[in-house]
Amino acid sequence: MAMTRDEILKEIQEVLVDALGVDEEEVTPKATLMGDLGAESIDFLDIVFRMEKAFGIKIPREELFPAESLITNKDFISNGKLTHQGIEELRKRMPHTDFSEFIENPSVNKIGDLFTVDALVNFVNDRINK
Amino acid sequence: MRWIWIDKFIEFNSGSNAVAIKNVTMAEEHLHDNFPGFPIMPECLMIESMAQTAGILVGQARNFEEKVILAKINKAVFFNYVQPGDTIHIHAKIESIAPEAASTTGKITRGDETIAEIDLMFSHIDQNLAGKQFPEENFVFTDLFAVVLRASGIDAPAWGAAK
Repeated sequence: MAMTRDEILKEIQEVLVDALGVDEEEVTPKATLMGDLGAESIDFLDIVFRMEKAFGIKIPREELFPAESLITNKDFISNGKLTHQGIEELRKRMPHTDFSEFIENPSVNKIGDLFTVDALVNFVNDRINK
Repeated sequence: MRWIWIDKFIEFNSGSNAVAIKNVTMAEEHLHDNFPGFPIMPECLMIESMAQTAGILVGQARNFEEKVILAKINKAVFFNYVQPGDTIHIHAKIESIAPEAASTTGKITRGDETIAEIDLMFSHIDQNLAGKQFPEENFVFTDLFAVVLRASGIDAPAWGAAK
């Protein structure tokens, strides 16, 4: 089933309104799931479940939110920042994400900011339109 | 008092849905304080009765190998009071289940009347991606639940007493 980006965004907005109890206006493409929309770890699973239903696709959690397992690897993290290797690994695992701002200060605490509404739209778009 | 807020399962379809009942009685101490002269079952305990019904359903779907912990209340809406003498039916359904977690929807009814709608999420806590360690024994599923399951004609392993 082909969908336009706008249709995907609309559906994602509904998913996030239900999963996070936020207002639709807050769910802008640039909004970050954790920082702006207040998502916690269990919410990511909730979002995965709801997206699977909304789009009729199967989403392994690691595929959509792969950063959690990466930060326990010492090769990828040094002094609270991602190493060059870590950034490359994260890029590989999150091809649907915009890293341009992140690489200026690749702090572990900023990883949460990579999960934006737009990244979810990209993910679904790749999944169903390619 | 024992921390068990369902009396019996009257329907149990593995991995899919279940219905438990609870008879509310004047012998429950807390009803005399909630509220003096007007005893009603606290709504938080209705959520707990749903968590037990849905949590056992989720646990059974993985042969009780996971520690199933209530992680999120997605929805809890109440439409009426439940009083001593009432029998409530707790209907739970698995919406999604994955290695790490499960989501359920459900409602509580009294006769034909819907008393509450309660949707929950459970975590299989040993599968958490942060790699946190928990005690080896399954402290979630204990003999307290096994008694209810067996009384309902459902197989339950010998789990041991809650610690």
